[in-house]
Amino acid sequence: MNILYFAWLRERLDRSQQQVEPPEHVKTVADLIDWLAQNDEAIALAFENRKLIRAAVNAQIVDHDAPIADAHTIAFFPPMTGG
Amino acid sequence: MTVRVIAHGFDPGGQTNLFLKEHNSAGAVVTFTGLVRSSPSDPITSLMLECYPDLAINQVETILAQGLTRFELLAATIIHRYGTMVPGDPIVQVMTMSPHREAAFEGAQFLMDYLKTDAPFWKKETGPTGTKWVDAKSADDRAKARWK
Repeated sequence: MNILYFAWLRERLDRSQQQVEPPEHVKTVADLIDWLAQNDEAIALAFENRKLIRAAVNAQIVDHDAPIADAHTIAFFPPMTGG
Repeated sequence: MTVRVIAHGFDPGGQTNLFLKEHNSAGAVVTFTGLVRSSPSDPITSLMLECYPDLAINQVETILAQGLTRFELLAATIIHRYGTMVPGDPIVQVMTMSPHREAAFEGAQFLMDYLKTDAPFWKKETGPTGTKWVDAKSADDRAKARWK
């Protein structure tokens, strides 16, 4: 699956996207964050305050307990500041 | 209903004139234009607005559909720009049309309150002291909460 990062998350990680193949036991957005953080110190630091992290699965905003079984694109981003 | 998420500038006056022609039984049209702001206490030289376009289209369409239903609007349009802008540039335009003014005013305010917190745009300001990401404001969350 493809992971997208936006705004200060993108800058702190120094990447706008990455391809990952998470193992079977990674079933939700929260599981995915845990798994990414275990394998990547930059992600562990940038995602430290989970309350500041919003997520979207296949371009739909979801909570962190949402399943990722059918996900082809998962996006992570800080609270939105549009308008 | 029209949603446009665009990477270039737009002409608010021209958009308003087009919108006025959308329906012939309307009695009221409200238009709101949000501009890049630079003030003496918080001066900026440019604003970069980052966007996730696929999600932005989905979110803005959902917000617009809710507004149309809730306020029984005859028509509504949201235009939201992203990319790099300078003070005075239009960022967003919301236009609503209804038989009477109250629904048009309320509908426009509802749409803007939701855009502020639910549309995937992120502001990064550049000023005399450097560059910084704009924090989400709790006042914007409260503005949205009043419509619940």
